[in-house]
Amino acid sequence: MQPDNSHVLSATGIDKIFPGAKALNRVDFSLRRGEVHALLGENGAGKSTLVKCLTGAYRRDGGRILVDGADADPQSTLEAQKLGIGTVYQEVNLLPNLTVAENLFLGRQPRRFGLIDAGAMNRQARALLAEYDLDIDVTAELAAYSVAVQQVVAIARAVDLSGKVLILDEPTASLDAHEVAMLFRIVRRLKERGLGIIFITHFLEQVYEISDRITVLRNGQLVGTRETAELSRRELIAMMLGRELVQEVAVDHGAKGEGGDVRFRFRGFGRKGHIQPFDLDVRAGEVVGIAGLLGSGRTETAEILFGAERADSGTAEADGRALDLSSPRAAIREKFGFCPEDRKVDGIIGDLSVRENIALALQARRGWARPISRGEQDRLADDYIKALDIRTSDREKPIKLLSGGNQQKAILARWLATNPDFLILDEPTRGIDVGAHAEIIRLIESLCEKGMSLIVISSELEELVAYSSRVIVLRDRAHVAELTGGKVTTEGIVEAIAASGGRADA
Amino acid sequence: MSATLKSYAVRLFPQIAALAVILLMVSIAFPGFFRLEMQNGRLYGSLIDILNRGAPVALLSIGMTVVIATKGIDLSVGAVMAICGAVAAACITSGYGLVATLLVTLGTGILCGLWNGILVAVLDIQPIIATLVLMVAGRGIAQLITEGAILTFNDPGLIFIGSGSFLGLPMPVVIWLTFGIVVALLVRRTALGMLIEALGVNRRASMLSGVSTGVLLIAAYVLSGLCAAIAGIIAAADIRGADANNAGLWLELDAILAVVVGGTSLLGGRFSIAASLLGALIIQSINTGILLSGFPPEFNLIIKAAIIVLILVIQSPRAQTAFAFLSRPRAGEKKAEQEAK
Repeated sequence: MQPDNSHVLSATGIDKIFPGAKALNRVDFSLRRGEVHALLGENGAGKSTLVKCLTGAYRRDGGRILVDGADADPQSTLEAQKLGIGTVYQEVNLLPNLTVAENLFLGRQPRRFGLIDAGAMNRQARALLAEYDLDIDVTAELAAYSVAVQQVVAIARAVDLSGKVLILDEPTASLDAHEVAMLFRIVRRLKERGLGIIFITHFLEQVYEISDRITVLRNGQLVGTRETAELSRRELIAMMLGRELVQEVAVDHGAKGEGGDVRFRFRGFGRKGHIQPFDLDVRAGEVVGIAGLLGSGRTETAEILFGAERADSGTAEADGRALDLSSPRAAIREKFGFCPEDRKVDGIIGDLSVRENIALALQARRGWARPISRGEQDRLADDYIKALDIRTSDREKPIKLLSGGNQQKAILARWLATNPDFLILDEPTRGIDVGAHAEIIRLIESLCEKGMSLIVISSELEELVAYSSRVIVLRDRAHVAELTGGKVTTEGIVEAIAASGGRADA
Repeated sequence: MSATLKSYAVRLFPQIAALAVILLMVSIAFPGFFRLEMQNGRLYGSLIDILNRGAPVALLSIGMTVVIATKGIDLSVGAVMAICGAVAAACITSGYGLVATLLVTLGTGILCGLWNGILVAVLDIQPIIATLVLMVAGRGIAQLITEGAILTFNDPGLIFIGSGSFLGLPMPVVIWLTFGIVVALLVRRTALGMLIEALGVNRRASMLSGVSTGVLLIAAYVLSGLCAAIAGIIAAADIRGADANNAGLWLELDAILAVVVGGTSLLGGRFSIAASLLGALIIQSINTGILLSGFPPEFNLIIKAAIIVLILVIQSPRAQTAFAFLSRPRAGEKKAEQEAK
């Protein structure tokens, strides 16, 4: 790849070796001025590693990086910024307890007589944000604003600091459609200004909507770089997975759990300030989907069902027997399981091994005095690593080193090991790659066939429609509709969410 | 089983190596260092002295390890030692029997631990602040018990704990070794160790997985209190009196240092009681070694600090990566060496 003038950034033959694994193997990547370049690949393909090599967060072990045709070797993100490379991560890396203006000018506040000139800083901040059509109170704490606004502030800061290359690492993961549109308007405007933008995401629709070119990585290798307009979705998925996805999701409503008896019965179950009391019946071998916008009470429903928040009204029973759901521990004793939405904070025990993470819930239920022997743990871990195809070099690897999809499978394994009757999955497919996605959906279907009762919360409506026999729709922290049978369609859900003027965002 | 042994060897290697180097250095400065003698059925020598003098910090480090593994810290152990020493002296001088005295004293330590544990687990106060309360108040409580004086006693039973011997070893050594082995077996032969590590790494995720995080947290502080009580009894028995002002003074810092030198992260999670005990021995070897080698006493603290900085640098993640990188080509050799052993 010859560096020419149209390329603001070009990297050739990038190698990165981690102990025991080659994370990047002679990867080439180039970015033109004024283009949006999507960087795609399954989890663990090497996208983040490549970005970290470009921004100096990692030292590369081989290869060349040219910025504006000149050799560059950023040793730290600060040096990368000076070279003109700015990054905005999925988890916004700003300081929520400072004001918007302080965040924008942190470390370079305008000064007067050696003291920070707050007036000038706020003026400049307003001017800066005006370029992004954002008219907000810059003296308010950043935390007061939605993730989308925070993201724009982060972009504004990065562009202002760097100005040539902007790397967006899954910026849309926690945004709703409206916010995504706003973000894309900004991206297009920056593109017109001649910035090169690297866009990492799992949402293929967004790739087609915004990107000019696509580079796909797989297992640390470059699969190819193509013009977006000339690449069909099917080809793209094939590039990412190395195999044609037979069928992403099979929609088959007739066969799904209409017959069984109601097994779990919740009446007037709720908690003040979290979720209004609701009634819910779940049959054995049935998947009940939960849909709603962010903040509509989806996670709150899950937490109250699992006892993570104690219900202050209503009753819960299974097969006519009252259930004690006063704490997660109690719920687990009732054979409940819960895969939380935020894997990193609520799910994985980062420093512990895959084996220990899988054995944890079972061990906790058995109590400390009855340890699961090491042999049993090994067998348990090996079984689930195989059954769920958890990709890890061995079961003793700390789970934090696994990719998101594999972490999610390990958390699922943790619950499956306890052999639950009632499993709650909160956004089980968020932030994981297409391959793992399909596997988790297949897993949900097979668990359901085995007679487990599942509650699945997801913002991917097609997915919900595919595996749910019923869908509960939430709005403003209340259960507002229940769709059954033929009404379980994406259109039906969207209509139910939109009915009687729900809030646009939360 | 041999795989487990091997993983222990890998885990403890830095501490064992550091201890060996320090002992060697001291023996160069003080030739008679390794000599052991048997007198009246009891071993004497500098090595025994290290084991004996190191008893309080070794005991404290056992509880401290578990507390630190939960991502906590217990600053109150020195003060709890003073309280428990005072309680023991007060009990024995007011005519209680030895057994009753010991039970009351250990109970006091447990109570102190319970207080800390409840502040941390139930009221959710940061451990460093929660245990600071008792650290500050503890010496006052101890002074109230001793009524401001050094409370001396001459009960032979209690004194035996400080200066008696069993199977040729001084009692304090027997006590900390036994207690260390019991606790280490308790956490590793049951699931406690794993649950504590899980709690220390991610409390919320552990709670959501059904781990009784509150009970475990309280138990960790109770264990620490119990360790401090035993250390307090030994310290008091050693000088045949309870000194509310000086018993256990600054020992909480030595105990934390022992845990850190032992390689347990202050961020919680993975822990090793054996490594912390080695850490305690390293600290005591430095103390004893400096005294024996005849350096002017004013150098002691500085030399101690320098050695500790060195050990911590060797253990730092960056240095570890560098070592791993340097020793990579010779990994095969090392394995052969280990197998030969």
